[in-house]
Amino acid sequence: MIRKTPLYDTHVAAGAKIVDFAGWLMPIHYGSQIEEHHAVRTDAGMFDVSHMLGLDLVGAESQAFLRRLLANDVAKLTVPGKALYSCMLKDDGGIIDDLIVYFFAPEKYRIVVNAGTAEKDLAWMRLVAADFAVSLTPRRDLAMIAVQGPNARERFWAAFPVARAATVMLAPFQAAEWEVDGVTWLIARTGYTGEDGFEIGIPADQAPGVWQKLFDAGIRPVGLGARDTLRLEAGMNLYGQDMDETQNPLESGLAWTVDSKDANRDFIGKSALVRRQEQGSLRTFLGLVLLDKGVLRARQKVVTPQGEGEITSGSFSPTLNRSIALARLPAGVAIGDVVQVEIRDKHLKARVVKPVFVRHGQSQIKECEP
Amino acid sequence: MNIPVNLKYTNSHEWVRLDADGTITVGITDHAQEALGDIVFLELPEPGRTLEAGKECAVVESVKAASDIYAPVAGEVVARNDAAVDAPESVNRDAYAAWLFKLKPANMADLDGLLDAAAYEKVAAE
Repeated sequence: MIRKTPLYDTHVAAGAKIVDFAGWLMPIHYGSQIEEHHAVRTDAGMFDVSHMLGLDLVGAESQAFLRRLLANDVAKLTVPGKALYSCMLKDDGGIIDDLIVYFFAPEKYRIVVNAGTAEKDLAWMRLVAADFAVSLTPRRDLAMIAVQGPNARERFWAAFPVARAATVMLAPFQAAEWEVDGVTWLIARTGYTGEDGFEIGIPADQAPGVWQKLFDAGIRPVGLGARDTLRLEAGMNLYGQDMDETQNPLESGLAWTVDSKDANRDFIGKSALVRRQEQGSLRTFLGLVLLDKGVLRARQKVVTPQGEGEITSGSFSPTLNRSIALARLPAGVAIGDVVQVEIRDKHLKARVVKPVFVRHGQSQIKECEP
Repeated sequence: MNIPVNLKYTNSHEWVRLDADGTITVGITDHAQEALGDIVFLELPEPGRTLEAGKECAVVESVKAASDIYAPVAGEVVARNDAAVDAPESVNRDAYAAWLFKLKPANMADLDGLLDAAAYEKVAAE
């Protein structure tokens, strides 16, 4: 059955074009995807991300459970509210999902996973949790709103002045629980756009009212279309597109999220990643900037002197006004190389770049000409 | 829905205008540009190229996806709208002003097979 978020009626009333995304009826745009994209880069936009699933993890062995479950190490989270990005792997090192885990205490965490993978994630977590004294509670009673952009925090505080004190000191990737009228909001300084802002978890029944207040404070509704071009410009992977169960983090640009510093920690997938590393010739995961005219798209073939690669995400970048992509490329392809992309019957030139195209409104691409 | 009555249409959402000089002008409908979203790239056929009816002959790319454009009838390309290539967003602004290419039909009778505005309105409503 297709599902709706608590903000569905709000989106329809705002004239959103609605699409089926991972079994959810979601706004793809509210008129112009490009204008929404620019709003986030230059001012403030808000996204309904209530289709994503929040999970509460409690219990004496919560930390031990997560240190087994996740490739990144939650032991480095010591400040309450601190968040960590991690992959959750299969035994063979394939990625089940990527997620964010928020630390409150060694026996209390909040986990946020992708919408399309929520059911299988929960099944997997429960399987692993059987060996640990923990309890896992899905929070479908929550709505989640992301406010993003250089003015997002200021506009959020304009809408909710009393929340300023609880959130003004938050560092990037840190969250705070905020009590208001007897309910708890989780306000996190995280996002998926390369801009500053908050992601807010609130009771579902409050969502339409909160959305309206944010709108009145000048935050523009932004659909999933711009969410995709924003995250692509920021060089952030999308699960199911840039990686899935057939790919490991080492060849998905996510080696930095695999923490093997504690030799005594045996996370699921660890031995498989060690074996893969020993085999060598790891494929690289880098960015492409199209030098010729056209649009890079997922699944296009990349031809390099070292062999063939594949674009995993590609689109037109509204900020750079040219096409960009993330690509999995043969070992040996390096930043600065010029490669060929097969688009229909043509071979177009693209430059290999560090996979961060835009940060805080600024292009990170210095050299774009052939 | 904006479907001018003086134009002909295809099932694949192209519009066709018969011009006084016996050539036809081809573009995509307002309904098509609306469905595609922000258009960012056009790949149009070179003048002189011979097109087969119903075959892919151009590509319109929006932020979202690439869409093929089909030749409404067989013929030879006599012009291509380079202004639209330089400003693809003009197709979003006015799909009937921002034409894509002009064709000299191989057989004028082929135009009889195109849809009128009323018939296309039904196609677009599907």
